[in-house]
Amino acid sequence: MTEHDRNAAAYWSANLRLIIGSLIIWALVSYGFGILLRPMLSGITVGGTDIGFWFAQQGSILTFIALIFFYAWRMNKLDKEFGLSEE
Amino acid sequence: MSQFAINLIFVLGSFAIYIGIAFWARAGSTKEFYVAGGGVHPVMNGMATAADWMSAASFISMAGLIAAGGYANSTYLMGWTGGYVLLAMLLAPYLRKFGKFTVPEFIGDRFYSKNARFVAVACLIIASVTYVIGQMTGAGVAFSRFLEVENNTGLIIAGIVVFFYAVLGGMKGITYTQVAQYVVLIIAYTIPAVFISLQLTGNFLPPLGLFSNHVESGIPLLQKLDMVVRDLGFVDYTADVSNKLNMVLFTLSLMIGTAGLPHVIIRFFTVPKVSDARWSAGWALVFIAILYLTAPAVASMARLNLLTTIYPAGPTADAIQYSERPDWIKNWEQTGLIKFEDKNGDGRIQLYNDSAAFKATADERGWNGNELTVNNDILVLANPEIANLPGWVVGLIAAGGLAAALSTAAGLLLAISSAISHDLIKGSINPNISEKGELLAARISMAVAIVVATWLGMNPPGFAAQVVALAFGIAAASIFPALMMGIFSKRVNNKGAIAGMLAGLLSTVIYIFLFLGWFFIPGTATLANTPDNWLFGISPLSFGAVGAIINFIVAFAVSSVTEEPPVRIQELVESVRYPKGAGSATGH
Repeated sequence: MTEHDRNAAAYWSANLRLIIGSLIIWALVSYGFGILLRPMLSGITVGGTDIGFWFAQQGSILTFIALIFFYAWRMNKLDKEFGLSEE
Repeated sequence: MSQFAINLIFVLGSFAIYIGIAFWARAGSTKEFYVAGGGVHPVMNGMATAADWMSAASFISMAGLIAAGGYANSTYLMGWTGGYVLLAMLLAPYLRKFGKFTVPEFIGDRFYSKNARFVAVACLIIASVTYVIGQMTGAGVAFSRFLEVENNTGLIIAGIVVFFYAVLGGMKGITYTQVAQYVVLIIAYTIPAVFISLQLTGNFLPPLGLFSNHVESGIPLLQKLDMVVRDLGFVDYTADVSNKLNMVLFTLSLMIGTAGLPHVIIRFFTVPKVSDARWSAGWALVFIAILYLTAPAVASMARLNLLTTIYPAGPTADAIQYSERPDWIKNWEQTGLIKFEDKNGDGRIQLYNDSAAFKATADERGWNGNELTVNNDILVLANPEIANLPGWVVGLIAAGGLAAALSTAAGLLLAISSAISHDLIKGSINPNISEKGELLAARISMAVAIVVATWLGMNPPGFAAQVVALAFGIAAASIFPALMMGIFSKRVNNKGAIAGMLAGLLSTVIYIFLFLGWFFIPGTATLANTPDNWLFGISPLSFGAVGAIINFIVAFAVSSVTEEPPVRIQELVESVRYPKGAGSATGH
């Protein structure tokens, strides 16, 4: 394995870790808080309803936006750190 | 000035802008025609993607669905936005790095097989054509209500406008018109919502108004709504659902279906760099979220507004006299989308849930069945009239509904025509076609696709509503898994990919046909479409996610017992993973 290959492999596994971490949050806010865990969280109220309802109609969308921008920022930085960016 | 004249000015004004853009953004090469020259700014592309993605369904139907279903229909909100996370992390940057013009081209190259490319073209065309029918019917509804023209005349006008900018400009013309259409549709959607939110909650931001207090009663809006609907025998607006498995799978199907829709994916081929593709997905979701955060507020407020219009003294008092009904009900009665039948002959409009559980209360109040049927689709379109907003807001809604339908239709038509001219003609029938010849072929395919779409809009097959499920199911079960495995696995080979796509596609299509009729022919369903008959309670609309899982399993199983992909293919997979060395998109 050459130096270049090792570098590329490290970049790819950093990307995979970032994707897995992001997708855990992605699933937690929508399928978790918004659907499956809603009954467990019914004690927490927001604006006249429970937090599960908020996640299903608003919270998950806001989290999705934050996740994509975080991912784009981290990856564009990793591209440069590993010397794999386009320029 | 009459309302008709105002609507006409708004709609014609917006059309004039689109045609102006068509002349300004003519395509001179196949690169401009397929990927807008590859130099679209990521924020601009985000805006165009938002218009491309938000269809007549998002603009016209979604708020009505949520108003009717309450919490249970949050699936649409999460499902149609969550797909962008998958696009940003699993598909868009790598497909941009690959740097070709179409989605089937990637599948054909990665799985080194013309057959794989054909399967992908077939999936793309079925998914996109079914989707385009919905857009054309949506445009037809907007035309007939606001411009009082025949549905068919309206569709022909819409077809001609799309023809101008899509045939002349290809992706380049479509991109800049979509940006203009986004501006039109988002203004049209949010202005009435701001006024309604102010009236009901005193908060001018609808997403905050949704969780604020109702001004008149002083209690939270959602609690007020729950109380009103409960008094009329409906399920609580915020009530939980019991079939969580189906809710999860339906949301998942919408998410991976969104990520697998070719007309959305190709938008990311137009940005200059891989890093731009990542940013652009974020911007797309920001622009989409402006509408998607407003929609649930519009849904609950419009439902409350409708019920207080019918029961001015509260749901436990008498309903309004039919003779005193507001003008907007009269307007919409003419379209047949609101229907009244005085079943108990008391001259009042009783709107309630006709269920067995509520029968005792209804009998006690002398009611003889629900008397008002309101089509979900009118909610957004009638919103300005319900809230007594000035005439120009109604004109804006007309232009906005048309912008939503036409922008999505154009994106779909480009995906279809590029699959024909680039994947079928250049990729297979005549590989030596010249650049000029291919551009001409692309324009002719676009023109034919527009004519077919307009014709289908004028003669919609009786199953227009179900076919949208088919479009998402196919994208989820066939295209998304193939693309993802092509990027994230070096081991999946041509045989595995083809077997996986066919298994995912067939299992999903067969499951849908079992319950909705074979080829959607009425009366041919094998099983009644009720939850008792569904496998593990999974509805046909939710099956795309299961089809995707089947696709993954079959592809890995078949690949593991057949040979590894050749070294050059493994190198190709390596190269799409690293941004370095990406040029702009090319056709060779």
